[in-house]
Amino acid sequence: MDNIAGQKSGLSLVTNLSVIALVLIWLIPTIGLAVSSFRERAQISESGWWRAPFSVEQAYRVSPDADGAVQDGDTWVLEGNVFDSSEDASGEGSVSGFGITSRAPGAAEPGMIYARYEVQVIEDDGEQDDTNIEIAYEEGSEPVFPETDEDGQEIVQDIPPIFDRSLQVMRNGDFVYRDADEITRGPSIYITAAQPPEFTMDNYETILTSDNMDRAFINTLTVSIPATVIPIVVAAFAAYALAWMDFAARGFFIAMVVGLLVVPLQIALVPLLTFHQTVGIGQSFLGVWLAHTAFGMPLAIYLLRNYMIGLPRDIIESAKVDGATDFQVFTKIVLPLSFPALASFAIFQFLWTWNDLLVAKVFLPSNSESWVMTVKIADDLLGSRGGDWGILAAAAFVSIAVPLAVFFAMQKYLVRGLLAGSVK
Amino acid sequence: MSPILQGIITIILGVGGCAGYFYASNLVLDRFIFPARDDDHGRNINRATMVRPWLFLAPAIFFLGLYLVYPVIGSFIRSLYNRSGDTFIGLSNYLQMFSEEGFRVALFNNILWVIFVPAASTFMGLLVAQLTDRLKWGNVAKSLIFMPMAISFVGASLIWKFVYANNPDIGIINAVRDIFGMDPIDVLQLQFWNNFFIMFIMVWMQTGFAMVILSAALRGIPEETIEAAIIDGANPFQIFFKIKVPQIMPTIVVVWTTITILVLKVFDIVYAMTGGNFDTEILPSYMMDFMFRDDGRATAVAFVIMVIVTPVMVWNIVQARREMR
Repeated sequence: MDNIAGQKSGLSLVTNLSVIALVLIWLIPTIGLAVSSFRERAQISESGWWRAPFSVEQAYRVSPDADGAVQDGDTWVLEGNVFDSSEDASGEGSVSGFGITSRAPGAAEPGMIYARYEVQVIEDDGEQDDTNIEIAYEEGSEPVFPETDEDGQEIVQDIPPIFDRSLQVMRNGDFVYRDADEITRGPSIYITAAQPPEFTMDNYETILTSDNMDRAFINTLTVSIPATVIPIVVAAFAAYALAWMDFAARGFFIAMVVGLLVVPLQIALVPLLTFHQTVGIGQSFLGVWLAHTAFGMPLAIYLLRNYMIGLPRDIIESAKVDGATDFQVFTKIVLPLSFPALASFAIFQFLWTWNDLLVAKVFLPSNSESWVMTVKIADDLLGSRGGDWGILAAAAFVSIAVPLAVFFAMQKYLVRGLLAGSVK
Repeated sequence: MSPILQGIITIILGVGGCAGYFYASNLVLDRFIFPARDDDHGRNINRATMVRPWLFLAPAIFFLGLYLVYPVIGSFIRSLYNRSGDTFIGLSNYLQMFSEEGFRVALFNNILWVIFVPAASTFMGLLVAQLTDRLKWGNVAKSLIFMPMAISFVGASLIWKFVYANNPDIGIINAVRDIFGMDPIDVLQLQFWNNFFIMFIMVWMQTGFAMVILSAALRGIPEETIEAAIIDGANPFQIFFKIKVPQIMPTIVVVWTTITILVLKVFDIVYAMTGGNFDTEILPSYMMDFMFRDDGRATAVAFVIMVIVTPVMVWNIVQARREMR
C-alpha cells in the first residue's frame, strides 16, 4: 500500500515531520526530569537541563589565608592563587570573572583591578553621608568615578575618595589583594568559573537513604502486589460464571458490572472508611487491599468475561460432554486459555494501584511510616523540598521507574487489554 | 509486623483462601448437598448446576455490593447529616454548597475539564493514529506517545512542574520567554488560563489511550471503502474526514466518554500542581478539601459527581444490553 494513488511524497514528508514534532513534545518533559535527576544541585540552579552537556558558569567564595600579607607603603598586600585557596573551585583553572561582594561575584573581568572607595554622597534629604562604591578599571589607568552611585545619589566630586581595598585576579587564578588596613583575616574573594558538566547519583542517594523514600517504595510495593493478585482470582470465577453458565440473573449482573465500571471512587470513600472503622480494620494495609480489590473488580470481570466469551464453544462443550464439571472446565481449560486477558488486567491493576494517590491517602494511616510514594511526593516532598529540583526529580523517577519498566516490557498485553475493554 | 511480611501473608491467605473457597464449596455442593449418585441423580445435577453460578459469583458480589453499590446509598444518606453525623439536616449540605463561591468555581472548572480534556485527547489521539498509520517507525512513535499512560498522576504533575517552573533555568516555557526577552511568568497563577496548563497534563497522559484505540479502529476500516474513494478522486483530507472518521465514529464516542468519566474522578493533578489555589479547583479536589474534616459536605460533593456520571452509566448499560441481544 506504499505507492497507491493519493499518497504524495510531499505529504509523507509533512507526516514524518509532524510525528517527530509530536513525539518530541511528548518526550521532552520526561527527558527533562530524567536529566535533572542526575545533575548537581548547584548546576540545576545555574542552567537549564537542556544545557546539561555544557559547562556551567558558577560562582565561588574563596577565603585565602591572611598569613602571607606584607606592608607596601600605605597599604597591606596579599598575593596568592584562588585555586590553591579553595577546595570547591576547580573550574578547569580558568577564572571568568571576579568580585569582592556576593551581590556581584563576577563584576570584573580577569586582569582588571576591582577597587572599593569610600565617597561622599548627597542623600535624598540633602544630607551628606559617606558610602562605598566599587569600580573596575584596567591596570595602569586611574579609576574613573561616576557622577552618582548605584542608588542614584549624587557623588560629591571635590572631596577625594578614600581607598578602601582593591583586588586583581588573573585568568589563571593569581590574585593581588590590597587593603588600607592591616590584613588580619583572610579576605573574601568571589570568582566565577566555568564548571564542566557533572552528573551524579547524589540525588538518588539522598532520597533513598535519608529521606524515607525507600520505605515509601516498599510500602507502594506492599500495597500493589496483593491488590493486583487477589482481584484476579475473585474476578476470574465470576467472569466464567457470567460467560459460560446459564442462570436467570446473568443479564442483570452483566449490566450491573458495566454500570459499576464508571462509579466514581469518591462516592465510596466516606462510607467505607466508616465501615472499616466499625469492623476494626481502620486505616491499614488490609483496608487498602480490600478497597483496591473491590474497585478493580468491575474492570476485571468485564475484561475477563469479554475474553472468555470469545473462547471456542466446541472445546468447552466437548469437555462437558466428557463429564467435566464446571469447576474442572474452568481450572483446566478456560483459565489457561485466558492468560492474555489475565495478563492485561494484571498490568492495568498493577499500574493503577502503584500510581494511586486517592485510595492510599484515605485508607492508609496518615503517619509517615505508611506513606506510599505518591503520598510521599504529593504531601511531603512538594512542600518540604519544593525548590530542591534535583531531589524532586530523583523522587519522581524512583516512583515512575517500575511502572515504566512494566509498561515497556508488557506493552503488548496492555494494548490488548485496552482494546478488549473499549472496542466492540 | 513489617508490611512486606503482612503483604506476603495476605497474598497467600487471599489467593489460597479464594482458591480454597471455590474448591471446597464445589466439592461440598457435588458430594454432599446434591450428590450425583442416588436415585434422583439427574435432578441433583440440575440443582447443582442452578446453585453453582452463585458460588462462583459470591465473592465478587460481596465486593461489588459492599464497596461499590452500598456506598452510593451510604454516601447519599451520610450527606443528609451534619458534620459529626448525628443530626439529620436534610439538604442543608447541598444548599450551603451551592451557595458557596468555591463550589461554583470547582463546578465551572470541571465543566471546562469535561469539555476540553476529552476533546483535546481524542483529537490528538486521532491525529497521531492517522499520522503514524503508514509510517515505518510508527510503532516506535506510538509507543513513546503512549508512555505517559504508565506514569502516576502525581509523577506527571511533577514532570510538568519542571516545564512550568517560574525560573527560566528550570522551566522550559520561561526559558523560551527569556530568549525573547520577556519576563518569566508563573503560568499556574494566571487566572483562568492556569486551568488549561493543568488540563494539558491530563491531555498529555490520555492521548496515548485514545491513540491506541483509534489506531486499531482505523486499521479495522474495510480497505475497499478507501480504495473506492481514491478512485473517485478524493484527496487525503477528504478520505480522512469523509470516509474514515464517520466509520470509526462509535469508537470515537467510546474513547470520548471513557476520558470524560476519568476526568470526573481525577483529583491528583490539581492537588499536586496548585492544591486547588488560584481558582483551579475541580469537584474531586474540592471534595478532598472536606474529606476527614466534614464528612457530610464531602459526601455531598461526591454525590454531585455521581449524579453527573449517571447519564453515562445509563448509556453504557443500554449499549451493553443492546450488544448482548
